[in-house]
Amino acid sequence: MIDGVLIGCVYGLAAMGLSLIWGVMDVINLTHGAVTVLGMFGMYLLFSAFPVNAYLLLLPVIVAGLLLGLIIYWTAVHWVIDRPQLASLLSTFAVNMIIIGAGTAIWSTSPYNVNYTLRGITIGAYTFTGNHIAASTAAVVIALALELFLYRTRAGKAIRAVADNREAAELMGISSTAVLALAFAIGIALAMASGALVSTLFPFTILSGATYQMKSFVVTVLAGLGKPMGALVAGILLGLLEGAVTPFIAVSWIPVIEFGLFVVVLVAFPKGLFARATA
Amino acid sequence: MKRLNLVLVILLALFVTPGFAQNITVGMTVSNTGALNVDSLEQYRGFELWRDQANAAGGIKAGGKSYKVQFVKYDDESNTKRVQQLYTRLITEGNADFLFSPYSSSLTATAAIVTEQNGKIMLTTGAAEGKTYTLGNHYLFQMFTPGSEYMKGALDALKSKDPKATVAFVYEDASFSNSVVDPAKAYAQQIGMNVVFSERYAPNTTDFSALIDKVIASKATVLMGGGHYADGSTLAKQLYEHKVPLKMVTLLVAPDSDKWPELGDAAVGVIVPSQWEPQVALKAQYGPSGADFAKWYKTKYNSEPSYESAGGYAAGLVLQRAIEQAGGTDTAKVADALNKTDITTFYGRTKFSTAAADHGLQVGHAMVLAQWQKDKSGHAVKQVVWPLTTKSANLVYPIH
Repeated sequence: MIDGVLIGCVYGLAAMGLSLIWGVMDVINLTHGAVTVLGMFGMYLLFSAFPVNAYLLLLPVIVAGLLLGLIIYWTAVHWVIDRPQLASLLSTFAVNMIIIGAGTAIWSTSPYNVNYTLRGITIGAYTFTGNHIAASTAAVVIALALELFLYRTRAGKAIRAVADNREAAELMGISSTAVLALAFAIGIALAMASGALVSTLFPFTILSGATYQMKSFVVTVLAGLGKPMGALVAGILLGLLEGAVTPFIAVSWIPVIEFGLFVVVLVAFPKGLFARATA
Repeated sequence: MKRLNLVLVILLALFVTPGFAQNITVGMTVSNTGALNVDSLEQYRGFELWRDQANAAGGIKAGGKSYKVQFVKYDDESNTKRVQQLYTRLITEGNADFLFSPYSSSLTATAAIVTEQNGKIMLTTGAAEGKTYTLGNHYLFQMFTPGSEYMKGALDALKSKDPKATVAFVYEDASFSNSVVDPAKAYAQQIGMNVVFSERYAPNTTDFSALIDKVIASKATVLMGGGHYADGSTLAKQLYEHKVPLKMVTLLVAPDSDKWPELGDAAVGVIVPSQWEPQVALKAQYGPSGADFAKWYKTKYNSEPSYESAGGYAAGLVLQRAIEQAGGTDTAKVADALNKTDITTFYGRTKFSTAAADHGLQVGHAMVLAQWQKDKSGHAVKQVVWPLTTKSANLVYPIH
C-alpha cells in the first residue's frame, strides 16, 4: 500500500501535465508519453555526464521541458488550436511519432537504466527504497510549487483566467497566446519531470511512454479535466488502488481494473471525482 | 584464337578445379534493438565467431568442394511480427541455404512456421521451449536442452541443501518461461518441495514491487523464475533493494550474461540454469575445446562468452559437420545427417529426436547450474555448483 502511494505521487505528477494542457487549452496532448520518455533519457544523459545526486538533475530537465514545450507549441499546436479538437489531437500524435522515431534511431528500443540508489527504510519484513521515497517527495514538491504558481503569481492567475474563459481574459488585457504557450510548456515540463523521476525507479526504453500516457489518462479522468492538484490526489488514489488489490489478484489484472474504473468514472462522474471540491 | 584459349582456360579453372570455393548463405535475424538485445547479441557473436573461423580454415569442405560461409541478417527488433516478415525475406530475397533461429522461444516459434513452410533447415539456439517440436516439423533442429529440464537441477540442489525450503515461482508470462516453470512446479511437488506462491508477470514489466510484497507475504524462502535479461535483471535489483529475505534466487537466462555483475551486490548469490559454462571441460570429438572457444571469444569481443554465445557457435559446428557428412548443401541430405548426429563438442553432447512426436527436439544435451559468487578479491565470478560431478565451487546457501 505504501509503495502504491509512493509511486502514485509520480503517476499524479505525470498526469498533472496532461491535465493542465487539457484543461487550459482543450488540447488532448498525445505527445505526453513521448515527452515523459524524453524526461527519462534526459535524466539518463545528465546522470551519465554528472553522476551527482540524481534528484538535483531534475532542475535542468524541467528547464529543458519548458523549452521543448515552447518549441512544440509554436510548431505544432498554436496553428491548430482554434480548429476542431481532432486537429490538435492529430498534430500532437504526429509530434509523438516524430519523437519516438528519432529516439529509436538514436537510442534504439533497448532498455536503459539510471544506476542511482538511495538507502531505503525497513519496517518489519518490508523495505521502502530510498529512490521511491525521494521520487515521491520530489513529485509532491513540484506539484505544490505548481499550485503556488497557479494561485499566487500573476502568470498563474492568467493561466487560470484563460482556462475559465479565454475571451473574457483577453478583454481584461491578458495575451491568451502567451498564456497558452506558457501552459503548454509547463505541461510538457511536468511530463518530463515525472519521466526523470520514473527513470530513477525502473528501467525504460524509448517505447515506455505508452504505459505512463495511459495511466495519465486514467488519472486525469478520475480527477476531472483541468484540475492539476486533483490529478496528484487521483494519482495517489490509483497507486493506493494498485497496492490494495494486488494481494488478492494476479498483477496482470491491474490494467483491467484500472480501465474498468476509467469507464465507470467517465459514465458516472463525467466531471471527475473532485468536480465539486475543486470547482 | 588466343583470346578463345584464355577464356577456355579460365572456364576450366572455374568449373573443373575441385577445390573451388562456393558460398553457403546462412540467414538469421538478430535483436539489435528491443528487450532481447543483450541475449541475442551474445548468441550472434557465437555465430559470427564460428563463421569467421570456418572461413579462416578454408571454409566447409564437403564433396570435394570448399564452401565459404556468408551471413544474411536483419534486425527483428525483438518483435514476432518482424520475425515473420524477415524470415520470409531471408529465404526469398536473401537466398539463405540454411537458417539459424532468432533469439528466444517466442521469436523462434514464429520463424519455424516460415522455414518449415519453405522446406528450409533451421538450427534453433537460444530457444528452449519444447512445444514447437511437437508440431510435426521436419527441418527444425534444437541445440538447447528443452525448457522442461531447466529448473530440475536447481530443485535437486535445493532439496539436497534444505528439503524444508518454501518456494515461490515468479516468472515472465512468455512461452519460454512458461515452458520451464510449469514442468518445474510439477517436478517440485514430485520431489516433495513446498511451493507456496506462483505468479506470472507481463513481459516488459519494470515495477515488481507488488509481486515482491506478495512473495514476502507468502513467507517463501526461495525464489525461482524470471524470463529474459531485461526483466530478470530488474527483478534481481528490486529484490535486493527491497531486502527480501531469500536464501536462494534462481533466475532464467539473465544471470548468464556478462553484463550481470553491473548489478553490483544485487548480482551476488543469484543462480542460473546454464546450457554451458567455460569451467565444464568436455573432451570435444569435433571442433575446438571449451578453453579455446572461451579464449578466442574473449580476444575478439573483450568479454566472457555466455551460454547463448556457446550455443551459437555450437549451432555452426553442428551445421558444418552435417554439411560435411552430407557431402554438400542438399537440404534432404543435410537434414538426414542432422538426424544421425550424435556428437560431443565443447558445448556438450548434441543429439536430435527422430521420433515423429517430437522430431528435432534436443535429447542429448545436459545442463549445469551456475552461481555468481565473490572471489578472494571481492569480484563477482560465476561458478558451476551443480551437478556435483562438474562443480567448480560449492553452492552458497543461504545467500543472506
